[in-house]
Amino acid sequence: MIDQLSVFLPNKKGTLSTVAGALSDAGINMHVLVIADTAEYGIVRIVCDTPHAAARALSDAGLRATTTPVYAVRVPNTPGGLTQLLAYCEEKGLNIEYGYCFLLGEEGAIDVLKIDASAEDVLEAGGFEMVEPEEIYRVDEA
Amino acid sequence: MYYQPEIETMPREQLRELQLERMKWSVRHAYDNIAFVKKICNEAGVGPDDLTSLEDIVKFPFMVKQDMRDAYPFGLFAVPMHDVKRIHASSGTTGQATTTGHTTNDLTYWGDCFARGIYMVGGSQDSTIQVSYGYGLFTGGLGAHAGGEAVGCAVIPTSSGNTKRQVQIMKDFGTDILACTPSYALYIADTAIELGYDPAKEFKISGVILGAEPASENMRQEIRDKLGVQYCDVYGLSEVMGPGVAMECEVANGLHFAEDHFYPEIVNPDTLEPVPDGEYGELVITTLTREACPLVRYRTRDVTRIISEPCPCGRTHRKIDRIVGRTDDMMIIRGVNVFPSQIEQVITAFPEIATHYQIVLTREAQLDKIALNVETEPDFPIDEVRKIEDLKRRLGAELKSNLQVQVEINLVEPKTIERSEGKAKRILDLR
Repeated sequence: MIDQLSVFLPNKKGTLSTVAGALSDAGINMHVLVIADTAEYGIVRIVCDTPHAAARALSDAGLRATTTPVYAVRVPNTPGGLTQLLAYCEEKGLNIEYGYCFLLGEEGAIDVLKIDASAEDVLEAGGFEMVEPEEIYRVDEA
Repeated sequence: MYYQPEIETMPREQLRELQLERMKWSVRHAYDNIAFVKKICNEAGVGPDDLTSLEDIVKFPFMVKQDMRDAYPFGLFAVPMHDVKRIHASSGTTGQATTTGHTTNDLTYWGDCFARGIYMVGGSQDSTIQVSYGYGLFTGGLGAHAGGEAVGCAVIPTSSGNTKRQVQIMKDFGTDILACTPSYALYIADTAIELGYDPAKEFKISGVILGAEPASENMRQEIRDKLGVQYCDVYGLSEVMGPGVAMECEVANGLHFAEDHFYPEIVNPDTLEPVPDGEYGELVITTLTREACPLVRYRTRDVTRIISEPCPCGRTHRKIDRIVGRTDDMMIIRGVNVFPSQIEQVITAFPEIATHYQIVLTREAQLDKIALNVETEPDFPIDEVRKIEDLKRRLGAELKSNLQVQVEINLVEPKTIERSEGKAKRILDLR
């Protein structure tokens, strides 16, 4: 599993910029940034280097930030890559809260999934390869 | 025109004699029939026999809302249930509500008190009165209704809500007098105007009897102008009776206190010592005729002053000024009383929510809105919309069921809610 940086953003001008600024000031590089928006607030999900240090930097900046363990699964960068994974999750009754995809290097796509259950063994039994955090970002201690 | 000329214009000396006679009865009735009253009087070393003049009332101990909560539901009733004909209750969390019983006489006097206000705005048996206060445990609807019936008006019990229909009825039925909260009266007026009417010119309405929440002079004037009416401010509280304890005559300079049924005092809220007439302080009420729930020196928490100068209208009952504030932190939201402590109590039942909170009161489209700013605890998962929405929904539902008003929940970033030493500024009233 990888540690995703999660940030709660009230719907106010300039808050996303505060997030980016605080990470930049802390010298933290982002690899993925996804925003989930609702009418009243947003949630920013980030994969970055040293996620725990990042969460602390954002908390110090007055933001509500935390790290969340999520599954990172390697899928082939070809049509149908994601379909296979989702079909398998459905078959096994794994409920996906949210997810997003990104490319890592040239060859592979990575699907990030939030599943509220212990799914690692189930996914691996289905032949899916879990991506280690070190492959994506610089790891740090909580 | 007076509804009860002999009482409303009674010479002061005669009125004071009547008050003393009734106060002696009332205090004895409370002392003899309510164990709590007897207990606090005994502790204070006073009894009904110590009451030989109206001023002697200051020797007696105060009663407060908490006493009513502690006595929930019927601990302060002075008559057997056989004689109780109606029970009203104030809003409040379970076990915190206060209940007030009414005998047949209590209900009759209540109607009479409110009926005086109907005459003050020029009403009579020929009038049609539309009661747009909520009917129910809240005393507004049935109190105004009783007033209309006492006068012999045609009473339209529309209750609150369905504002377009309120306008339609006001127009079609030829409503003369509207009774509701000030904010709702303004909302009805604005709705009528939106529908293309000019109620001030086109509608028959000539008077409004509005209360249960504060209204600024600007707001009053706006209501007068938009509806083309005389404005009667009505004061009351469910613990003591309901609307009709004091009502504003055409002179529009204070509300005539129903001194034949209630004895008002103004005390300094810090020292609890009486203040001279004209000086602001907390209104304290001793009931004079209430049978089911007599109260001795009940602290209303409402801040006002007594206006003792004779009123040009001819009524001899002294007036109280408009309520200028509270000595506690009670909020009035659309006529419903809400205490921050009630909100706090709900919040503490949610481990996901931090204990710091802020209440923001606004007025949108003439209606009070209450928003609650809260922070989640650091370990609450903020990465899922569903969990956040679920938390907001549960908190909102719990508040609604406890407070009877809809509360908008805003989750805010940590530490945006002010932490202050001592008394935190929990309420931001932008109305």
